[in-house]
Amino acid sequence: MELDFPFIWAALIAFAVLAYVVLDGFDLGIGVLFPLLPGKHDRDVAMNSVAPVWDGNETWLVLGGGGLFAVFPLAYATILPALYAPIIAMLIGLIFRGVSFEFRWRTTRGRFLWDWGFASGSFLATFAQGIALGALVQGIEVVDRQYAGGWWDWLTPFSLLTGLGLVCGYALLGATWLVMKSEGDLQHRARRFAWASGIATLAFVAAVSLATPFLNPKFLERWFAWPTMIFSLVVPALVAVCAWGLFRGLSEQRTAQPFLASLGLFVLCYAGIGISFYPYMVPPSVTIWQAAAPDSSLRFLLVGAAVLIPVILAYTGYAYWVFRGKVDPSKGYH
Amino acid sequence: MMPEFPDAVVLARVQFAFTISAHIIFPAFSIGLASYLAVLEGLWLWTRDESYLKIFQYWKVIFAVVFGMGVVSGIVMSYQFGTNWSVFSDRTGPILGPLMGYEVLSAFFLEAGFLGVMLFGLNRVGPKLHFLATLMVAVGTLISAFWILSVNSWMQTPAGFAINEVGQFVPVDWWAIVFNPSFPYRLVHMVLAAYLTTAFVVGGVGAWHLLRDRRDRGARIMFSMAMWMALIVAPLQVIAGDFHGLNTLEHQPAKVAAMEGHYETRKGAPLILFGLPDDEAEETRHSVEIPKLGSLILTHDWDGEVQGLKAWSKEDRPPAAILFWSFRVMVAIGLAMVGIGLWSAWVRFRGRLHDSVWLQRAAVAMAPSGFLAVLAGWVTTEVGRQPWTVSGLLRTADSASPLDAAAVGASLVAFVVVYFAVFGSGTFYILRLMSKRPEAGIHDEIGPTRAAGITPAPAIDPDRVIRHMK
Ligand code: HDD
Ligand code: HEM
Ligand code: HEM
Repeated sequence: MELDFPFIWAALIAFAVLAYVVLDGFDLGIGVLFPLLPGKHDRDVAMNSVAPVWDGNETWLVLGGGGLFAVFPLAYATILPALYAPIIAMLIGLIFRGVSFEFRWRTTRGRFLWDWGFASGSFLATFAQGIALGALVQGIEVVDRQYAGGWWDWLTPFSLLTGLGLVCGYALLGATWLVMKSEGDLQHRARRFAWASGIATLAFVAAVSLATPFLNPKFLERWFAWPTMIFSLVVPALVAVCAWGLFRGLSEQRTAQPFLASLGLFVLCYAGIGISFYPYMVPPSVTIWQAAAPDSSLRFLLVGAAVLIPVILAYTGYAYWVFRGKVDPSKGYH
Repeated sequence: MMPEFPDAVVLARVQFAFTISAHIIFPAFSIGLASYLAVLEGLWLWTRDESYLKIFQYWKVIFAVVFGMGVVSGIVMSYQFGTNWSVFSDRTGPILGPLMGYEVLSAFFLEAGFLGVMLFGLNRVGPKLHFLATLMVAVGTLISAFWILSVNSWMQTPAGFAINEVGQFVPVDWWAIVFNPSFPYRLVHMVLAAYLTTAFVVGGVGAWHLLRDRRDRGARIMFSMAMWMALIVAPLQVIAGDFHGLNTLEHQPAKVAAMEGHYETRKGAPLILFGLPDDEAEETRHSVEIPKLGSLILTHDWDGEVQGLKAWSKEDRPPAAILFWSFRVMVAIGLAMVGIGLWSAWVRFRGRLHDSVWLQRAAVAMAPSGFLAVLAGWVTTEVGRQPWTVSGLLRTADSASPLDAAAVGASLVAFVVVYFAVFGSGTFYILRLMSKRPEAGIHDEIGPTRAAGITPAPAIDPDRVIRHMK
């Protein structure tokens, strides 16, 4: 049987990016919420709730980038120059927040600096990712296997909209994660953040969904043609279910349900974007098959991925298991 | 092309060189430190001597800071191929991409997955599983070095590929690609470099504290271990470097000609100790030479023929002056490291290792030498590959992204400012951690350790861990 390697890899890359978005999403969200946490104690708890796992979460970003380089080199070589400024901004944001995990504990006088670095770095990285997403959905011009636009093309009202939307979305993931991992006063506060960011996120999702079909007639066609139209009905319905689960969970003081419902929201939005994208890798110029490396490359890496990704999921799961439960610096883990 | 285009390429090169040089400092240290931590924890489990656990905790905190900086500077690298070297990425992606993909899958996840357990988990998983986590982190750093050096070596000595209709390098033989001709040499040389770099930092810190208090048990152990490494590994590194050079002579003779400062092709060429290579005039001025030794070292024959740079047309030569000096800096440091190793063996033999004040002062002075040697070595390697990104096949000038010079200039300035601020602070914190006495243990550090934030004393209280096990 002939396997369609580019298609399999598109699915795997999509999975890596989704894994990145939800995993780093909640720890970036903690950073976005950081300035709203009043005291040292709450900030310590919030940061320690993600400290053992953030590096693993961010590795999915490296897999997304590295994977693109490996299996869709043309996409890697056109998307990144096209999004030059937001990518550099994201990298710089990630530097500040990444080192803050360590630096914050290494100084007393300078702690406020790294609190600030953690918050602003997280915000910058998130905002830049959202802008990059919006710019990609809008489309990237490719001529002769090279990016053919200018270096400000990514900046549009639509990309700003997706940028802010993602900030709210990650804040929601972060807030619901904190609801799950904290107790008492902090948990109470996190619940309020979750309400606010949940409502804002849904508003942004609605605005982006309404704007997307008008960016490109192809999207419109896809969303309102049979049989893909089914998704146009199902996705919003499921979004409504998740939203209900989120707010219900919050008002009934459940611990895990709001987080899970928020994850559901992200998965659905992601699927929605995927539907608009398919079969393009770099809309509207390059399809999955045009962007793909030769099958010999795809096969070579797929062998490793097939073995290693399940192993990775297993030990990553183990690491989360080790650090399960509430975080409370006065009592330690229980 | 537009007139400003060459500027954008130059800026992109400066940016790449700057960011990769910053990055390599951290892996060079964390590869070595991860293995050292595994050894220390293993010794603790084996001997039950608490001193080892104390030293382990001491370096673990430093490792966490170094590793964090390695991660964030590495993420920059993995995106920079695409942002700044898009043509290169499109062409080499089918070959280099999968190798880097394997690095992520087999190394980065392994490190990241077990790092959390290693840093925070001693009390949660017990010593045996914790040791496993430490081992996994160490193994992960080595696997990482394996793949990335395979990538780099392929760019130096490409093999196992064909070129397709759109100009991409496509794989023909993966074995030949991964184990390309210069890879085994580069891997050995780099891993030894990381171990030496770490050994000299550990030795320097140990010596610093011994100079203040000769009875500090932690400092004595560190210093002694480091001096053993210097004695054994430094000579190995010189030998590995010699083999590496011979391999380079075979595959990239222009690089070696530039390193040696030879412009003319000669039989019985001298070894130029010092001089000022001048690419314009095509000669090395004011040179101090040892007759015939150059031929002897490179060809193992007094009268062997050694090619000079004039054998290549001007646009195919690497810039000689940089290579000439960077190579000498590395070799001088390598020989100095051997010297320290021998000196330590001599005073150890006389039973005065911990009393030899001058050796300890020298060790303090040599503490950062590994980083310098690593940077000098990489400059030799990379500048020596110029003007190509893939030796002989793809020119640097043809590899870059179609970006405005203004965009690259802006990002370069941003990286320089951010790196100096962030990694400068990190270096300061590391130095402050190193100024703590090893014997003092972790309890009176500045600020709580990160681990203490979650699990206060118990996580790092050896008694409790030992009780836990009984
Ligand atoms: C502690 C670090 C260290 C030390 C003491 C040395 N080196 Fe080195 N050297 C490196 C660290 C390094 C490096 C950073 O790891 C490089 C850069 C790329 C590589 O593979 O290794 C390197 C590259 C490098 C190259 C370039 C190979 C190429 O570009 O193809 C040569 C010929 C040597 N080394 C030779 C030596 C010799 C003869 C040494 C001893 C006298 C020596 N090195 C000491
Ligand atoms: C294995 C990893 C590495 C890869 C894949 C790699 C790749 C590259 C590439 C693509 C360039 C092209 C840009 C240019 O030619 O200017 C370059 C240049 C350069 N790299 Fe590396 N590099 C690696 C490691 C390093 C390290 C560790 C250093 C540390 C000092 C380094 C130092 C340089 C320098 C100084 C240049 C500029 C050369 C010049 O422009 O004259 N590289 N490298
Ligand atoms: C241009 C070339 C390079 C790229 C794209 C690159 C990429 C990366 C990335 C993305 C990380 C972070 C991994 C994580 O999330 O945990 C990283 C860390 C690391 N890199 Fe590099 N790297 C390059 C050069 C090198 C070189 C030359 C070496 C060593 C020989 C090296 C060895 C390591 C090691 C051991 C780590 C993990 C330890 C640490 O973070 O300090 N890398 N690198």
